[in-house]
Amino acid sequence: MPLTTTAKKRLVTAALLAPASVWLFVFLVLPFIAMMVFSVGERGPAGGYQAAFTFAQYANLPARAAAYWNTLMLAPAGAFLCLLVAYPTAYYLAVKAAPRHRLLLVSLVVVPFWTSLLVRTYAWMFILGSRGIPSLLDMIGIEDVRLLNTPGAVLLGIVYGYLPLMIMPIYVSLEKLDRRLLEASADLGAKPASTFFSVTLPLSLPGVMTGVALVTILLLGEYLIPQLLGGGKVFFIGNALVDLFLQSRNWPFGSAIAVTLVAIVVVVLTVAMRIAWKVSGTRQVDLV
Amino acid sequence: MSKWFRENAPISARELTDEFQRLKRGSVTRRHFLGVSGLGLAAAVLARQPGLFNSAAYAQQEDLGTSMSLATWPNYHDPATFEAFTAKTGVAVEVNVFGSNEEMLAKLQAGGTGWDLFVPTNYTISTYAGLGLIDPLDLSKVPNFDPKTQNTRFTNEGTVDGKVYALPKNWGTTGIAFNSDKVKSKVTSWKEFFEVAMTEADGRAMVHDYQLTTIGNALVSLGFSFNSIKPEELAKAEELLIKVKPHLYAINSDYQPSMRSTDAWMTMCWTNDGAQLNRDMPEIQFTLGTDGGEIWSDFYAVPTSATNKPAGYALLNFLMDPQNAVKEHIANGAPTTDSRVFALLPAEITSNRIVYPEEAALTPLEFGAAVTLTDPARAELMARFKSA
Repeated sequence: MPLTTTAKKRLVTAALLAPASVWLFVFLVLPFIAMMVFSVGERGPAGGYQAAFTFAQYANLPARAAAYWNTLMLAPAGAFLCLLVAYPTAYYLAVKAAPRHRLLLVSLVVVPFWTSLLVRTYAWMFILGSRGIPSLLDMIGIEDVRLLNTPGAVLLGIVYGYLPLMIMPIYVSLEKLDRRLLEASADLGAKPASTFFSVTLPLSLPGVMTGVALVTILLLGEYLIPQLLGGGKVFFIGNALVDLFLQSRNWPFGSAIAVTLVAIVVVVLTVAMRIAWKVSGTRQVDLV
Repeated sequence: MSKWFRENAPISARELTDEFQRLKRGSVTRRHFLGVSGLGLAAAVLARQPGLFNSAAYAQQEDLGTSMSLATWPNYHDPATFEAFTAKTGVAVEVNVFGSNEEMLAKLQAGGTGWDLFVPTNYTISTYAGLGLIDPLDLSKVPNFDPKTQNTRFTNEGTVDGKVYALPKNWGTTGIAFNSDKVKSKVTSWKEFFEVAMTEADGRAMVHDYQLTTIGNALVSLGFSFNSIKPEELAKAEELLIKVKPHLYAINSDYQPSMRSTDAWMTMCWTNDGAQLNRDMPEIQFTLGTDGGEIWSDFYAVPTSATNKPAGYALLNFLMDPQNAVKEHIANGAPTTDSRVFALLPAEITSNRIVYPEEAALTPLEFGAAVTLTDPARAELMARFKSA
């Protein structure tokens, strides 16, 4: 029987989607299933996983309350601080900067990504350590200031590390802004400030939401910055996971935490998408 | 061929000798030497002549591959050792650094480490052997090792059920390092360590990211055994650690950078790090706890999963050569278990009380016990302390 046009179209769609579907299945679904299976198991006598069916690991989640608390407080706080720094920067790049300089300035935002975050975070360890800023403060008489290994240092590292990820989506949404709307607003007598709040800001909100979601989701799994700039004392869920897999060798408990983390990310993502849809009045928002 | 190379060819006899001496000192790589002297080019040309290089030694060198991987501790080797090994065999050594035996065990259990040689501590060997994670060693491949010159006090735990699974690297202790310019109190015990960490060195003290020593020394400070797994004693140790945590500078086993920059003033410290810190900054003193603490020995072992065992054995044999080992000990600062190496060490090292403490100072110390490695209660205590 010859295929109908619709059936052909479906086949082509399926063929085009196949590589991505296989990739998703092998690298996302399968590991997630393995994690779910591990999470209801028991820790082996020398560590690792031993088959069982128990929810004891989930019942033990409160033992990592501090890690959840730190992550769920510091991740949004970090994302918000990123936003405060990123918005004016993106606004300048997209609206104020001369077009001939724009490409150069945007590349400067991306350049830090050419170097590993590990190396850049080590640089911050030096800047915040005794021989960095505290030694300068010492010269003007402010003694014994300790910046490294504090929650403040972790927040600074987060803002520094994730800033480009916040700037880029906001820049893109501001760049698409139709300048005629700004002219129309001015023609109708609006002052620059009210044009900004009633035209520019609402139209750039999808970019803001994308940036906030992107940074928050990545921060929920952050490990490196708390370890290096927090001295291993400011504990994120990511650090709890590393600890459980690499030190305690308690795979089932680690898996239970990982499953919970995925659940949190899904909730955050869904909420962010809902808000973005509502704000933009459309379902055509690409979040990530 | 680069311009730079042409300028140096042909090399004069004097320059060749100079370069050769630099190669022997380890300040240039074998590749540099071969390039600059033109010997690399000559060898490449000659290698095309059939029958010229079919000797057994050449064949063996071929089998070693071009790279291998070593898992070890921070600040534990002289980089020149690996350069010399590469110059001799053509095998590049990739070094992976770890902060605890638990981390090494976790990696080995997960599989696929790619390590061809690693440096486990005494109390882990029986567990590794029991789990089938390390091979019994083929000592015929390590002719440079001589059991008769070893101090068995430190090397016994390399042998499990009569089979040698690991060869000794060095021994050492876990003591207290403090910067005497910053900390004026005399810190002589673990009890004082934790007191000073909460007072004079508030915000400036470090503990290891390692359950064995961090929990062990907290136990010792409370008058218990370093290896205790009794629930009521562990509960008291946890209480102390959580009380001290807000006062700590960091929980990190790589404490040298912070001690050197004086960001940290006091830390739990292994002998070799203590010797290195004190050598470069005499104000950093190292002392053993009068109330106890740890004595340990580190070994070399070959993982069952090693992908390049010939290179692992070749490096092991290279490191067992007293001439090579003595350079390692001078750079690293930890005491040797091998009397041949001891005889070659300069007097200022063998008389150094950090490296070779008086016997009386060692008496209260304990070797780690196998059960502390796998005890889930200690593992969970450490994780709770860190996440508190």
